[in-house]
Amino acid sequence: MQLSGNNVQPETSSKTLVDLRRGDAATLDHIDLPGKDARRLMELGFLPGVRITAGHSAPGGDPRVFQVDGSEIALRRETARRLKVRLDKTRPAPGMP
Amino acid sequence: MSECGDCHGCGAASVVEFPGPLASPKIVALAGPPNSGKTTLFNRLTGLRQKVANFPGVTVEQHTGIAELPDGRSVGIIDLPGLYSLSPQSEDEQVAHDVLTGERPDTPRPEAILLVLDSTNLSRHLMLAAPILALGVPTLIILNMADDLRNRGGHVDTRQLSAQLGAPVALVSARQGEGIDEVFEFLASAMPAPAPMELPVLHDVPKCREWAGRVGSRASYRPPVPPKWTRRLDSVFLHPVAGPLVFAVVVVAVFQTIFTAAVPLMDGLRWLFEVSGKWVAATLPDSIFRSLLIEGVWSGVGSVVVFLPQVLFLFLFIGILEDSGYLARAALIADRTMARVGLQGKSFIPLLSAYACAVPAILSTRTIENKRDRFATILIAPFMTCSARLPVYTLIIAAFLPNRPVLGPFLGARATALLGLYLLGFLAAVVTARVLKSSILKSGHTPFLLEMPSYRWPTMRSIGLRLFDRAKVFLRRAGTVILLVTVVLWIMAHLPPVNGKAPAIEDSLAGTVGRTLEPIIKPLGFNWKIGIGLVTSLAARETIIGTLGAIYGMDPESHKLGLQKALQHDLTPGGAVALLVFFAFAMQCISTIAVVRRETGGWKWPILQFTYMGVLAYGGRVPRRAPDQVIAASPPPPLPETRW
Repeated sequence: MQLSGNNVQPETSSKTLVDLRRGDAATLDHIDLPGKDARRLMELGFLPGVRITAGHSAPGGDPRVFQVDGSEIALRRETARRLKVRLDKTRPAPGMP
Repeated sequence: MSECGDCHGCGAASVVEFPGPLASPKIVALAGPPNSGKTTLFNRLTGLRQKVANFPGVTVEQHTGIAELPDGRSVGIIDLPGLYSLSPQSEDEQVAHDVLTGERPDTPRPEAILLVLDSTNLSRHLMLAAPILALGVPTLIILNMADDLRNRGGHVDTRQLSAQLGAPVALVSARQGEGIDEVFEFLASAMPAPAPMELPVLHDVPKCREWAGRVGSRASYRPPVPPKWTRRLDSVFLHPVAGPLVFAVVVVAVFQTIFTAAVPLMDGLRWLFEVSGKWVAATLPDSIFRSLLIEGVWSGVGSVVVFLPQVLFLFLFIGILEDSGYLARAALIADRTMARVGLQGKSFIPLLSAYACAVPAILSTRTIENKRDRFATILIAPFMTCSARLPVYTLIIAAFLPNRPVLGPFLGARATALLGLYLLGFLAAVVTARVLKSSILKSGHTPFLLEMPSYRWPTMRSIGLRLFDRAKVFLRRAGTVILLVTVVLWIMAHLPPVNGKAPAIEDSLAGTVGRTLEPIIKPLGFNWKIGIGLVTSLAARETIIGTLGAIYGMDPESHKLGLQKALQHDLTPGGAVALLVFFAFAMQCISTIAVVRRETGGWKWPILQFTYMGVLAYGGRVPRRAPDQVIAASPPPPLPETRW
């Protein structure tokens, strides 16, 4: 896990869970949250390297359910934004080189 | 932050209690992650021999029970709150941790642990096995939901798993009762300590997960295929359009059904009280005692007990929603709304259970890690329409509102009015939360995490146990608090004696109290009789019905009329609305005040809450007409005596 050093959004190549639409899958890179919060997320299966699939959401897309490590966990947008992911190569996001 | 912050002034902490005598003082703890089916197993093992209390000093619920072993011995079981790990982040987890490590002086350290894990999600749930086994306490690893695992094509070699963990493993379906014998066998055995095995560094979550995965694969664990039906149901229940629609339909259906299905049962109970009351009156000789029994106990307690079916129907629905897994989806749909008032989705469950009763709701806020969010939830929970308000609402609505159809045969005027009152309480809660969260209880964010369990059929057993428990609580209240209040009221209504006989009710001690209050409550359209009811309802809201039942029963002017008719005679429609609003807002519940004091660690918050809610209740209904006119207004044209 990394602690957020600066709040400046990195370049466009950095994706988060928020960028996933229903059915999209990605690999978790790191959690950009304080240690205690990151630990709870990890206990629920959000470990670096794990594959996450976006599922259903509440009306309006927030919060959204994510399938991770055999469970379905709902996260709010504000939390999902802190989970940095690498998109799976099989489904490149539009606009990616 | 220390646990003792909550318990100053609460006296000596008592030692953990069990619902009966224990033949052998063997005590085991039931531990496991949330959603592992721990409670279902607890119910399966203990049946009706359960007791719900609090851990002394803190307010985490303590469920204890007694399991009867086949050889006749009995074992005490403590059901601990759900745990993700032994590095506690919430007070719930702290208590579970302290019990397991023997750090709670009031709770004997359990001789063994039953660790309940979800076999359909074993790789992740096994992570908890590492810190539990590291305690060195005899442990049985229970792989629950075996039926689910099998039906969805999963597999695990329990013998291999047992060898990997150095502890016995049982494959169990708590819902079906499968494998329970193995649990009993373990409890009856000498309960060996776990063999020392290599365990991962406990504070390193990735290492623990790696270890769990390795142990699982060595035990040939094959995870089941994703639950097909859960996905299918979710594409309806979480559909952008259909989802909220289902949510609304569920809520409306619950309210409407309470008012149709409960009616025959309530009529039956009412009839029972009438017949038995007449029988008692005919059997006993005319005496003070008979008068107390008939006017005090029968009309007082009886008029409250009649509402038992409605309360049970409400709990039946909450139970079905919770056990089926729909409640988590409802929390998801409601989260945006909660976020708008500054609360998190986790507040939804306590607030929803506050519809049943604010006391368990306030206790359940312990799962909210953020202290300010928790306090805000505690402060608004009593605005939610608890089941004690329900009898008051239904009585007044039935007395003043004819049941015209509003939405064809689906929704009647009375159900609509009731729904409106529920909405009123909800809005008061929401606005209050908004105010609190943007002023004195402003806080930063905590991540919102909500696990979505698979959909499951609720079992009769689990729902039945819950209803039994609720009925017990309701009847105990009717038999203690409400009985006591009605008896005291009866005595006050018979003092001081005039020429050796009871005085006219308005000249009695009770009448004096009511008439002293009358100038204050007159602007709302209440007379002294209602005033007495308001005083007694401080003990518990529904007591006002018993009180009015008793007063009208003793008053020669009204004792021939039914409770509904007598109310119509006494209240104008405006006064009825004011009374409904008063009950929607006022914090008339000593138990809630007590639990808020304990939860917030002092008198500051409950006093603030009581004052705030009281001001709302009193000011909530501004009279449109001059007060004198309200009181003097002729009684409304009598409605036909309609039944629900």
